Amino acid sequence: MAIVTTPEPSIPVTTRLGPKFGFLTSTPIIAVATICLSLIVLVSILAPLLAPHDPVLLAPAQRLKPSSAQYLLGTDAYGRDLLSRTIYGGRISLLVGVGAAVISIAIGLVIGLVSGFFRWVDAIMMRVMDGLMAIPSILLAIAVVSLSGASVATVMIAITIVEIPRVARLVRSVVLTAREEPYVEAAISLGTSMPKIMWRHLMPNTIAPLIVQGTYICAAAILTEAILSFLGAGISPETPTWGNIMAEGRSYFQIKPSLIFWPGLLLSIAILSINLIGDAARDALDPRMKQREAGK
Amino acid sequence: MIGYLLRRILASIPVMGVVALFVFLLLRLTPGDPAAILAGDNATPEQLERIRTTLGLNEPLYIQFFTWINQLLHGDLGVSLISKVPVLQMIGQRVEPSISVAISTIILSILVAVPLGVIAAWKHGTWIDRFVMGLSVLGFSVPVFVIGYILIQMFAINLRWVPVQGFRSITVGFGPFFERIILPTCALSFIYVALIARMTRAAMLDVLGEDFVRTARAKGVSEVAVLLRHALRNAAVPVITVIGSGFALLISGVVVTESVFNLPGIGRLTVDAVLARDYPVIQGMILLTSFIYLAVNLLIDLAYTLLDPRIRY
Repeated sequence: MAIVTTPEPSIPVTTRLGPKFGFLTSTPIIAVATICLSLIVLVSILAPLLAPHDPVLLAPAQRLKPSSAQYLLGTDAYGRDLLSRTIYGGRISLLVGVGAAVISIAIGLVIGLVSGFFRWVDAIMMRVMDGLMAIPSILLAIAVVSLSGASVATVMIAITIVEIPRVARLVRSVVLTAREEPYVEAAISLGTSMPKIMWRHLMPNTIAPLIVQGTYICAAAILTEAILSFLGAGISPETPTWGNIMAEGRSYFQIKPSLIFWPGLLLSIAILSINLIGDAARDALDPRMKQREAGK
Repeated sequence: MIGYLLRRILASIPVMGVVALFVFLLLRLTPGDPAAILAGDNATPEQLERIRTTLGLNEPLYIQFFTWINQLLHGDLGVSLISKVPVLQMIGQRVEPSISVAISTIILSILVAVPLGVIAAWKHGTWIDRFVMGLSVLGFSVPVFVIGYILIQMFAINLRWVPVQGFRSITVGFGPFFERIILPTCALSFIYVALIARMTRAAMLDVLGEDFVRTARAKGVSEVAVLLRHALRNAAVPVITVIGSGFALLISGVVVTESVFNLPGIGRLTVDAVLARDYPVIQGMILLTSFIYLAVNLLIDLAYTLLDPRIRY
């Protein structure tokens, strides 16, 4: 007889959005964050329809124009429309954020599951992960990008390498606790195959913490991409990303600070919203964490 | 204690080894000819050959690795491909601004964040608590370069209180040094304050629920003494731990802050090296910062015994 297990039930949060996503509107601040993030995602997806100008079209005669009816936020040093570039800028940032989160969770999950289960793999893998975590993340990312050439894919890979150890450590810690549970012992004694034990019995325990971790990785990845672009070590400068717009605006900061403030504002709102949603998800999916935070 | 210290140092060796191996393999395993990657698209065959000789790329991989490790163990981080100056010497020339910003950031952050965290925990659930937690989420979310430019706009351009950018050595005089270091420090402290305040609050909340705090209050000990002498001392271990683990964040922050404020520190050195593909410098910086990170965390582990006499190794 196979032993069927279900993951620990989380506290049901019931609002109109249903039990699973109810946390998205659990407090007014989280609701505002959800709306802001949805708007940024929507505007990024619909960028070709919403942007009033071509974001990469050079117009030397229109350099550094102030706000006007034609250019709502003015133009940059190459005469390109700042509003259109900022609207398009979100696309790369969100793509890198979601992409890096998904890839690092997928790889970190496998490493964490295997390390948590096989002690000899654990000894080696965790030393490797410790080593990667000892390298400051920005230095690690710029080293990877500088060698493999700057593109959306390499930036994503660089951020993924930084984040994998954190995911692997998290999954490993969950697995180490779960593998002592009677249902795992029972599965082992019934002769269930190792891959099946990992997939059916251990993996479900990791889903809730990984959803929370995924939001934090997404925010960190968006930030890292912006920092890489800002330092000139990211995606090629003509591609509009929030970091690139700010990097180009640096030289003209004293004449036209809006070149830094608008993309900076959107970047900050995006990261803030994702972090707030992550906190809400953590509180909803992991009630123990909330109790600890509240000191109960 | 000595035994523990030795064990910890021994445990750090494989971690440092992984960092070294990673840095070594990163260049060698990147698809394509490493010399061509470093020299760029317009390199002549002579330039390529020179890079191969400098980095020993013509040797088999394992010989390259052992030669390199041997050099490292003798304190030789290699020579810059561009300026031909030893990497360690380059880092030494640029280290003052970075260390100044890093140390002043840690001091400012602790001075601001610990009281904030203590007050938030003490007034748990009130608007002060929510304000501190909100500030902390904001600190995590607003990138350091955005904060940096806001500070420049407010205090250097609008109010003209301090110079916009640049650095003066402390040997020139404290005044010029201080007015150039204060904005980068404030910008970088934002995220660090967020991190430490959050941890102080959580640790204080844990401790404030303990029996000895209730006993102290019942004895009539003043609230300030309860918070500082009874609670904060017991909450110190997790707070110190987060300062250590946040050290990597601080190093990354220094790299960005130096670019914003035009400080000639090791962060700028790294960014310039990346743009010029000067791999020995990048490699040296990664090794050195990782080493400092591990050393700081080792020192913090040892500091536990001073903070909490119950911890014995």
